Amino acid sequence: MAEAKLAEKPVAATGAEVLAVKDLQAWYGESHILHGINFNVKAGEVVTLLGRNGAGKTTTLKSVMGIIGKRSGSIRFNNDEIIRASSDRIARKGIAFCPEERGIFSSLDVRENLMLPPTVRAGGLSLDQIFTLFPNLKERLTSQGTKLSGGEQQMLAIARILRTGARFLMLDEPTEGLAPVIIQQIGHTIARLKSEGFTILLVEQNFRFASTVADRYYIVEHGKVIDGFANSELSANMDKLHTYLGV
Amino acid sequence: MQALYAQLLVGLINGSFYALLSLGLAVIFGMLNIINFAHGALYMMGAFVAYFLLNLAGLNYWWALLVAPVVVGIFGMILERTMLQWLTGLDHLYGLLLTFGIALIVQGVFQNYFGSSGLPYAIPDQLKGGVNLGFMFLPIYRGWVVVFSLVVCLATWYLIEKTQLGAYLRAATENPTLVRAFGINVPRMITLTYGLGVGLAALAGVLSAPINQVRPLMGADLIIVVFAVVVIGGMGSIMGSIITGFALGVIEGLTKYFYPEASNTVVFVLMVLVLLVKPTGLTGRAA
Repeated sequence: MAEAKLAEKPVAATGAEVLAVKDLQAWYGESHILHGINFNVKAGEVVTLLGRNGAGKTTTLKSVMGIIGKRSGSIRFNNDEIIRASSDRIARKGIAFCPEERGIFSSLDVRENLMLPPTVRAGGLSLDQIFTLFPNLKERLTSQGTKLSGGEQQMLAIARILRTGARFLMLDEPTEGLAPVIIQQIGHTIARLKSEGFTILLVEQNFRFASTVADRYYIVEHGKVIDGFANSELSANMDKLHTYLGV
Repeated sequence: MQALYAQLLVGLINGSFYALLSLGLAVIFGMLNIINFAHGALYMMGAFVAYFLLNLAGLNYWWALLVAPVVVGIFGMILERTMLQWLTGLDHLYGLLLTFGIALIVQGVFQNYFGSSGLPYAIPDQLKGGVNLGFMFLPIYRGWVVVFSLVVCLATWYLIEKTQLGAYLRAATENPTLVRAFGINVPRMITLTYGLGVGLAALAGVLSAPINQVRPLMGADLIIVVFAVVVIGGMGSIMGSIITGFALGVIEGLTKYFYPEASNTVVFVLMVLVLLVKPTGLTGRAA
């Protein structure tokens, strides 16, 4: 069966730098969390930040999104400097964020949750395309958002940012706490989005999952990027990786 | 029986004001996390704007219904931008004290210029007179206040519960950071929300002017009861504050008929009972 294309836009050529993060530092109140993060993401790639709990992966995503109040260094998105921009401006530039805690709103039903993020660009997925990806959501449109199962909530959290037309997605631990069959479905979805030309920055604890979708990895430790390699170099780096992640 | 119906009508009128004011308080509390003690003073300003429009600009009641909420709403948005926004993230107590101070200042200024006695504001010609319903005589203006307030309350409910704008509002009440990260200018939305809540108070002030006259302390007297209504209804729910507002007005009216001595305290007795049994209020969600 031929599957309908998800987006009308042509697949972006790999190579152009979409996100370039240089010497990113960030603070929560008085505590200094990021001590100089450096990495980049190219168009059409899936890049995964790996690292132990508390290494600074989530803080890195939140800093790119402009949610962390105090940050310094440089974050360039499509060559625009966004280190000082407010998060609503950053979202309007075409970055979409799916937070670790999913952020499904309990006072909104599923449809309202799905329709909440405003369109920032033309070319987002239509509702039909979204229901092709996530058939479960279609049957639950009138349910309260937080009445969905964990897996359905994760799908809703991803689905709603696909509507907006943003082509750069940041997914924070999309597989956390989910059953293997759901993790598989999310893996298929990410692969599908990649094939449609979306660029994805992923944070994962689940290394086995990440290895099924990622093009490149960066290792984050104590608020710094300490290593990075491509998926093709994965087997050569397995020993190092085990040391970094302590698995 | 005539007296019973008359008290019921008075109850519905008061209930209209309770509903409009507690609705605004609920909306403001939801978005700004501020217990807006200035609400009574802003209600009073609404009535004064109507008075000024009529006597200084020759603009009648119908203009006042339109202009007063906008003028007072803008005043409220200036308050929010210059003062209230700095209290984000602090304990409720700070917002309560600040808005209480603002209320005292605003009321003090008006008292300085207008004393404490009421200024007359005539019922508009189109709404003068009354109709005999058979079982009671209904002054048209009072009927108008009840119906119009109900329509405004339901329209506000619809706006918040059934529209995309309302979805932004509800979502931002839960998680403003994430809503902002979706590309919505949440600070601006908060300012507009305060303006909306305050505008509802001003609208109630205009409606009240022909019934209760225009007095600098008209809001101070009312706001205490309204806060009791809010405590009983619970802060969490829009429809809850509308229903509680009208219901408590009616209960007050019935008390006036059956046991007048308790009519000024019945709301507070209910408040105490609700606080003992269900501290989040009848329709409130746990914080």
